[in-house]
Formats: sequence, C-alpha cells, structure tokens
Amino acid sequence: MTKPLIELIDIQKHFGPVIALAGVSVSVLPGECHCLLGDNGAGKSTFIKTMSGVHKPTKGKILIDGEEVTFSSPRDAMEAGVATVYQDLAMIPLMSVTRNFWMGREPVRKFGPLQLFDFDRANAVTLEEMAKMGIRLRSPDQAVGTLSGGERQTVAIARAVYFGAKVLILDEPTSALGVRQTANVLATIDKVRKNGIGIVFITHNVRHAMAVGDRFTVLNRGRTLGTAKRGEIQPEELQDMMAGGQELAALEGSLGGTV
Amino acid sequence: MSESTPRSQTVAPTGPANLVKDERVKEMSAWRKSLVRPELGAICGTILVFSFFLIIARGTGMFAPQGILNWGVVSAQFAIIAVGACLLMIAGEFDLSVGSMIGFSGVVIALMSVTWGYPVWFAIIVAFAIAVAIGALNGYLVIKTGLPSFIVTLAFLYVLRGLTIYGSIATTRQTIIGGVSEVAAGDPIAWLFGGKILGFLFVWLADIGLIGKFVAGPRAGQPVIEGVPMLIVWALVLIAFAHILLTRTRFGNWIFASGGDAQAARYVGVPVNRVKILMFMFSAFCATVFATCQVMEFGSAAADRGLLKEFEAIISVVIGGALLTGGYGSVIGAALGALIFGVVQQGLFFAGVESSLFRVFLGVILLMAVILNTYIRRMITGER
Repeated sequence: MTKPLIELIDIQKHFGPVIALAGVSVSVLPGECHCLLGDNGAGKSTFIKTMSGVHKPTKGKILIDGEEVTFSSPRDAMEAGVATVYQDLAMIPLMSVTRNFWMGREPVRKFGPLQLFDFDRANAVTLEEMAKMGIRLRSPDQAVGTLSGGERQTVAIARAVYFGAKVLILDEPTSALGVRQTANVLATIDKVRKNGIGIVFITHNVRHAMAVGDRFTVLNRGRTLGTAKRGEIQPEELQDMMAGGQELAALEGSLGGTV
Repeated sequence: MSESTPRSQTVAPTGPANLVKDERVKEMSAWRKSLVRPELGAICGTILVFSFFLIIARGTGMFAPQGILNWGVVSAQFAIIAVGACLLMIAGEFDLSVGSMIGFSGVVIALMSVTWGYPVWFAIIVAFAIAVAIGALNGYLVIKTGLPSFIVTLAFLYVLRGLTIYGSIATTRQTIIGGVSEVAAGDPIAWLFGGKILGFLFVWLADIGLIGKFVAGPRAGQPVIEGVPMLIVWALVLIAFAHILLTRTRFGNWIFASGGDAQAARYVGVPVNRVKILMFMFSAFCATVFATCQVMEFGSAAADRGLLKEFEAIISVVIGGALLTGGYGSVIGAALGALIFGVVQQGLFFAGVESSLFRVFLGVILLMAVILNTYIRRMITGER
C-alpha cells in the first residue's frame, strides 16, 4: 500500500464548551479522491479548516509524509502542499482571471529599480493552465465574475495545482452548481487525481461523491463513522450514516427514494 | 509546467469540450473592448465638461495660459487628495478625516515654524510624521475593532478638527496663523511645496510671443506665468506613482484583493491588514501634501481649512469609476474626476454663472457618471 500524503489522527477541536470535533481520523493517498460526507453541522467545515491551518486542533496529530507537523496559518499548510478551495471564497469576481490566479504569488520582473507584475508571463501561464483543464478563456483579462460557477471552481483548482498542491481540499465545490457545471467540476477532479494529487472532496451529495470517490468517510456529530472503499458501500448506506439514523430511511421510503 | 516547449496559440484539442468556441459567448470587437474600461465614465464626463466650457466660456480667458493655470491648480488640489482616497477605497476602506487632516497638518506646520520658531523643513517633516502616524492609527483601529472605517474616520474628522481649533487658539489666540512665507524663504524643503519649476520655459515662450508678458507694474517684462507650481507637479507625480503601483505591481494586486474580498485574499496569503493600514497612511500623506502646498501658497494656516474635502475626494474617485464597496477602480479615473471638479468650479466662475449653480452642475455630473460607470462595470465584471 502506498504511503498517505496526509494523515489526521484522532483530531479533536473544542470551541469553549462546544465540542466541534470529537475524534476524527482521515488519511489521503496520492491520486485518490477521498470523499468526506456529512450533513450540515457534522463538523466538515471545522475539520477542513483544521486541515488547512485555519484552526489548530485541540488534540490529535497531523502527519505529512509520515512526519508530524503543526500548522499555525493557512500559509504554513500551503507551503506543506495542502491547498484548499473554498466554496464561495475561492475567487474575487471583480478581478481578472490572471489577477485571481496569481493572487498572493504574483510573478515580478525587474524594470530598472522597479519590480513590476510580469503580466506577459502571468497571462501566458494562466491561459495554458486553464486550457489544460479544458476551459477556453476569451481573455486572461476578463473578470472572474463573467465566468460560470463551475469555471470559477476550475480556476481555483487549476491555481492550487499549478502552485504545487499535493493535497487538494475542495469544500463543497458542486453544491451551488447546475448539472452540467457539476459534471465539469467532477471531470476536473478526475484529471487532477490522475496527476497523483490527493483530493479531499467535501460534499453532502452522495451521488456526486459516488461519481468520483475512491474512499468515503462519513462525519456525524463531530465523529467519523468509519471509512469505506469504493464498491464496499451502497449510496443508501452513506445516506443513512450521514443522517445518523433511520429517520431518513423512513422518509426516503415515503418520498420514493428521491432524497 | 513545461516552460521549454514553445507555446502555440492553437493548442490541439484533447477532448470534445476542449477549446471549442462557446456559442453563448459573444465576441467583443476590439473597439468595444478598448472602450469598456473603468475610466470610461470619467473620460466622457471630461469631454462633456470641456466641450461645454469651450462653448460658453470661450472668450473669457479660461483657456488662455493664465486661465489654464487657474483651473489646473484647483484640479491638482482635488487630484492630490483623490489619489489617496482612490487607493484606499479600492482597498475597501474610507477616510472621512482627510479634510480635518488638512487643517491639522497646516496648523502643525505654522505653529512649529512661526510660533515656536523651528526651521520650516523640520516643521514639515514633523507634520508628515504626525499625519502618517494618525493615518496608521485610523487603519489600526479599523482592523482591530472590525468597525466600518466610515465610523472610525468620522470620529477622527471631529477629533482632529477640534484639536486643530483648540491648539491654534490655545497657543496664538486666533484660528489663522500667518507669517509662514517670511520664515519659509530660502528653506530647502518648503520650496518643494510652494515653489515653481520650468520658469525658463515660460520666459522662452513669452520671448517667442506664445504667452503674454506683464506690461506694467513691478514685474513688467516678466512672463504672465512664472512657472509650473509644485502643487501640479505633486499631483502628476502622485497620479503616476499610484497608477503604476495599482495596475503594474504585486502590491497593486493586493490592494484590489483586499478590497474585493478580504477573507479570500487572506486565504491565499495576501497581508490584507498591512495593505489596508498602509493605504490609510498614504491617504494621510496625500492630505498633508495638500496642506503643505496650501500653507506655502497662502503663507498662512487656518484651523478651518480643508472643510468637506473628504467628500470632494470621494466624489472625484466615484466619478472616476471606483466602486464604493472596494475592489474596483482606477487612479486615472479619479484624476479625471478631480479635473472635472476643478474645471466646473472655476469654469462657472469664468463664465460668470451664479456660483451656487456649481453644486447643481456637479450633482448632475456625479449622477450621470455614476450611472454610466455602473453600466460599464456590469459589462466588465459580469455583475448582475
């Protein structure tokens, strides 16, 4: 078995008297898409924020390539190769695709004593990386606001991959998207996975998870209910585990299996 | 990333969806693309205002050298504070204390140099240091408390104005402190704010008859324009500096990002707090440049100087196409906004129009420019 890129062992996170995470363990292998499922309030957001350096765990260990690490900021996590694409905070709509793509890591070239933003190089790389993801930009100067939701997620994913992410955390990338855009994002996930990058795909949509996932971990009330491999588990079981009981199964019966 | 392989414009499609032209995206013509820019509203406004005054104030000397100098200086004053307000607004914050800061810095210079007898250069440096420190305090309070900068700087609008009047009256028993010109004569730094450059050029222009000379009085034989006031030089330098900083540097990208979405910017490692505090300091710096030029020009400081300047700066910036909520705007647009402001204010005076109509005219231009800007911005950014 290959070594995991990142391993989180028995992570706990308490906010004052509130126990947001009560012991969560997840590992991500190179080239796999690890789906993290959970209903609202299950602790998904807290968990990924812990993973990406926003929160410090109250208890538990984070291992990267087998070495224990502590992240004191998102910057630390990024430098260790853990990149996060947030659902609605991925891109700034008023800014151009290039400006967004390079935000925080702008390439510069010397112009006399000045250090100028190297737009020629930045635009070329942006176009090329977007083309790799199958998106044709009218121009790298076009504002991100003119792109569709799926394209925005793709720009964010392309950015993370270009800047050397080994582990890519996607926070509900499909939850606000239409059918076709969802398909595009899932296809992008597949492309990225083939480059050996480990993906953590957070969602509460079992069908989206089943479409690309290699392993599935369900979070419920701050705990992991176990990890299953593809083919070992049925969508209905995942759905039940997310709901944390049999209520939904009953409801599902009366709704004719549409939930 | 394969840097070595030559990039070709026609990448071979690797899949059916790859690089196929999207039939639902209209191609924009180059002409339209070049028009659709944040400054378009301000450019239209500038053309409109100039056409208007070329017609109604043609014979009044408004477009003679002295007339141009007249509205040029007024526009430059607006431009200096608009540049500071522009970068700060793009970074997502306001500074309502600009006007009070102008009064404050001016009184600091006059008090130190005239009343307390320090050299003028020292007084100017101290005024800049205090102003920039207050700008930093503004920024620090906004960042630390998370309050809207509107409120924090509104507090400083009152605090600084009150301190200025109190300080002036407590030390000199009046609100106007004169005599700066006398102590500033020959000062190495004062000249940077009150001097004039390119005097030889105007002597030459007068000699070849392009501009007039004084025919009588103590300055008979000298050209009617002594030189370009340093105020205008400051305005041009600040505009060029801020424009390059904003559009051509890494830091400029951080300014846009901080105002566009501070949280998203923080997640990718942009030092948002530092950017915002620096922009508050820059705004205070610009206000002090304005104050120093004014003190050197008038030879005096007054505690009530700079009243309402914060709003004039913000109006110039908004005419220039910036978004009030941050993340979008243009320094060139703000500079054109300042030009419109100056030309309208002085033009109505030249044309002999009742000066109270200035506000009517300005209000109408503001409204028109903002409507046009909103429309352009939606086209550029895809906002709905």
